[in-house]
Amino acid sequence: MNFKSFLGSFNLKSQCRKYGLSLWQCPQFLFLMMGLIIIASTIITYGIGSHYIDSPEIVALITLFLTTFLLIISFVITQSFNKLAETNRIKSEFVSIVSHQLRAPLSNLSWTIETLMSGRMGSIPEKQTEYFRILKENSGRMKELVNDLLTVSRIEQGTLLPKKEEFSLEELINKLVIISGPFAKASNVEIKFDAAKNLPKIYGDFSQIRLVIENLLDNAVRYVKEKGIVEIKLYQKNKDICCEVKDNGVGIPKDDQKYIFQKFFRSENALRNQTQGSGLGLYIVKSIIKNAGGKIGFHSEERMGSTFWFTLPIIS
Amino acid sequence: MPKKILFIEDESALQKNLSDLFSRENYETISALDGEIGLSLAKNKKPDLILLDLILPKASGLDVLKKLKEDKDTKNIPVIVLTNLESMGDIEKTLALGATTYLVKSSYSLDEVLEKVKKTLGDL
Repeated sequence: MNFKSFLGSFNLKSQCRKYGLSLWQCPQFLFLMMGLIIIASTIITYGIGSHYIDSPEIVALITLFLTTFLLIISFVITQSFNKLAETNRIKSEFVSIVSHQLRAPLSNLSWTIETLMSGRMGSIPEKQTEYFRILKENSGRMKELVNDLLTVSRIEQGTLLPKKEEFSLEELINKLVIISGPFAKASNVEIKFDAAKNLPKIYGDFSQIRLVIENLLDNAVRYVKEKGIVEIKLYQKNKDICCEVKDNGVGIPKDDQKYIFQKFFRSENALRNQTQGSGLGLYIVKSIIKNAGGKIGFHSEERMGSTFWFTLPIIS
Repeated sequence: MPKKILFIEDESALQKNLSDLFSRENYETISALDGEIGLSLAKNKKPDLILLDLILPKASGLDVLKKLKEDKDTKNIPVIVLTNLESMGDIEKTLALGATTYLVKSSYSLDEVLEKVKKTLGDL
């Protein structure tokens, strides 16, 4: 926390406005008030107590009155926390419902485009093919965004529970490198994959780990400028399997690095170089790895590239 | 004799896409827009495979699946669940009730659905 953000934490009015709460419903403000009241009541009790030292019933009455007042304030604070938690739950539920509702028309749209493009309904004039391709690409982007939003709302609701299945990370990466081939080629990027020999299988959720590697690989390929090289390394370190995805892309500016796993965050140079992207990918990746009992991190230098790594425990 | 496939799906646009695709692959297609019609068509027409949505009017996909698997006339018909719900709970429930496969619509292309159906019917 730098000095500016430390000072910013004292601006209660703007913080409470951010939550959409009035001052008297805002936990930060109520905490401050409670602190002031505790200090004031201690001083007052001391003052009155020393004045009425011969009448303990008056001192007891005043202490009782102040304690009751503090209890009321504490109750209001608890209520305001409940309200914040409830708002958060409603928001996640709202995102989940909207995303599910969007899926139906999106499936309609993409299947209809697929039917038209397959030529089963008659051939498409060449001039229109490009427009159909744009439709297909954009409906695909919308589907990805909706899927990401659903994953995020599951993470927030605590319902993204990992399955436990045994699989080979090496085979999965090999498969994804092949799938990413056309996209990498079109982006002038070469993908290299180097796996240590005789790696054990891991025990985790195949589709979630697949999502992790897809995201890291996609980012590595997407944020290169000229001729790119993406190197994936897989090796064992003690009781973990480690995976590194290294690129020579645009890198992450130093000031942005601490926000990179936050949801909806996109670094300033990412926005400049690549307009597509929701800023949800790395948030999802980190949540999945944490859920699976692994660790994740990165090192990056602007204009030089980034290396993202994660570990997953091997359970024999 | 072409094999019969029953679609129990309330989205008419998806029905149309599926029917067009499977008819061209020489399958006979039957469509039901709600759970109740789906159940009666399954009993009367004896399809070789059922593609079943989970959110349906009148009877939910889970109810339909349960009744299909309880009825001796329909319990051996393979059921592929084709839906946009994908919580672990939904997947586990349908598989426990006897569904052959669970496919999430938005994650599959039409050709991939066709491939799954062909594999299930032994046509691939």
